[in-house]
Amino acid sequence: MTPQEIFDALKTAFGDAVIEGKLTGTIDPFIKIAPDKAREIGLFLRDDPRLQFNVLMCLSGMDYAGGKLGVVYHLHSMAHNHKIVLKTEVPSEGGHVSSVESVWKTANWHEREAYDLYGMTFDGHPDMRRILMPYDWQGHPLRKDYQVPEFYNGMKVPY
Amino acid sequence: MEENLAQVTTLPGFGRALKTEEMVINMGPQHPSTHGVLRLELVVDGEVVIDVIPQLGYLHRCFEKHCEHMTNYQQVIPYADRLDYVAAMSNEFGFVVAMERLLKIKVPERVEYIRVIMAEFSRIVSHLIALGTYGMDIGAFTPFLYCMRDREHVLDIFEETCGARLLYNYMWIGGLSHDVQPNFTEKVKSFCKYFRPKITELNDLLSYNKIFIKRTANVGVLPGDVALNYAVSGPVLRGSGVKWDLRKNDPYSVYDRLEFEIPVGRGLRGTVGDCWDRYMVRVHEMEQSVNIIEQAVDKLPSGDVQSALPKRIRPDAGDIYARTETPKGELGYYIVSDGTATPFRVKVKSPCFVNLSALPAMCRGAMIADVVAILGSIDIVLGEVDR
Repeated sequence: MTPQEIFDALKTAFGDAVIEGKLTGTIDPFIKIAPDKAREIGLFLRDDPRLQFNVLMCLSGMDYAGGKLGVVYHLHSMAHNHKIVLKTEVPSEGGHVSSVESVWKTANWHEREAYDLYGMTFDGHPDMRRILMPYDWQGHPLRKDYQVPEFYNGMKVPY
Repeated sequence: MEENLAQVTTLPGFGRALKTEEMVINMGPQHPSTHGVLRLELVVDGEVVIDVIPQLGYLHRCFEKHCEHMTNYQQVIPYADRLDYVAAMSNEFGFVVAMERLLKIKVPERVEYIRVIMAEFSRIVSHLIALGTYGMDIGAFTPFLYCMRDREHVLDIFEETCGARLLYNYMWIGGLSHDVQPNFTEKVKSFCKYFRPKITELNDLLSYNKIFIKRTANVGVLPGDVALNYAVSGPVLRGSGVKWDLRKNDPYSVYDRLEFEIPVGRGLRGTVGDCWDRYMVRVHEMEQSVNIIEQAVDKLPSGDVQSALPKRIRPDAGDIYARTETPKGELGYYIVSDGTATPFRVKVKSPCFVNLSALPAMCRGAMIADVVAILGSIDIVLGEVDR
């Protein structure tokens, strides 16, 4: 299916949860979705026979600066050989995204990484812990406004 | 009895008939079989593994944060080298492919062919290390030395080409740092002639060794549909019988002009998707890489390798996700540009990170000693897992 057809299928099924689609003029066409509907939309994209997005290639956290975080999903369907990008935005303080871990298992570690480095919470994730940083680390290092702490557990952090 | 052990241990309730207690054992971070600094929390009941909880981050070097503080996209490449440090050429390849698509640069044919040759050489190097150390994990020390000997020949070619043996900074956005030496073609051809019999030697020494097969066949089975749900890639996915290779299915560079096969696991010594299948896919991939190198070196056109280097790397605002097939699997770069010379965001989708996330699914119900065999068969490099 073309990106436009994928967008239309999503729009019919989910209405306002599909916010907008930028399908031309970009290298990868993307669809913007509501963060609290990510799981339902993911399940639909995976199981609908016309779409069959069986592989989540990549899930990235983002900091768009100006108090907005985001999550970007890159999906691919092996059966139909088409791709789509989903984007969602949440406020940087107390942002919640619904977890797609139950749709694609690979999202488990990707979502933990996004939480670790950006700080948005994934609702419905079975194991929402830090993954790359130590468990007692303060703050979320990939945010644009992140300040390197002077001390970690009483030890001076060099530069 | 031995033959049936693998089946018996996966039966529900095995090991629980005797009232035993669950115990947590730490494997790593300094364990020789974790191939770096990885810690596995093993929840065991007697000898049977109930669960595995990998703990990562010991080698986290803030690659993504560093990228956001570069003054130029070109500066990312030496850091990309250090992701999967045994196959640095492949990491560079993925990054330059992504950047060239973002900048809409068309690179000369010669550059493409040299890149393909280098990427396939790095696949051979990476697989040699994977297979050699895998043998060592299982208890066969000699094949490791044979593999290292053959690897030296490839590293010599790399050294002659760009001066470095391990971390190259060879592929630049739009070109290469150096053209190859005049005797490159002969060197490559003589290596290919030398290397083919060595694969047979490795097969005789390790692949069809009875003890090796007993340790790896029917161990750590990963079914194809589970593999896809975990989005594993590379030899781990193909070992599970899924014929999927980005060089064929989503071609980049000049791979669509070269002929090669995609080896998949067929369960010849056990079940489809067991450790032996994953191992054997790597052996066959080395043969295919030699084929690709021979074709590419025959077709190598002449030209200037630096003619397409951009004067100024300043992509338009936008984002791109580009993926390439590295020895470990699908390496993706998600690059977001805000129109300046500094990357706004570089996310690496590392194949090792994703493949390792399927480890618990492979280990549940296995014996403790098999965890080493299963982990070795995934072939992780911690530099890429932790980034």
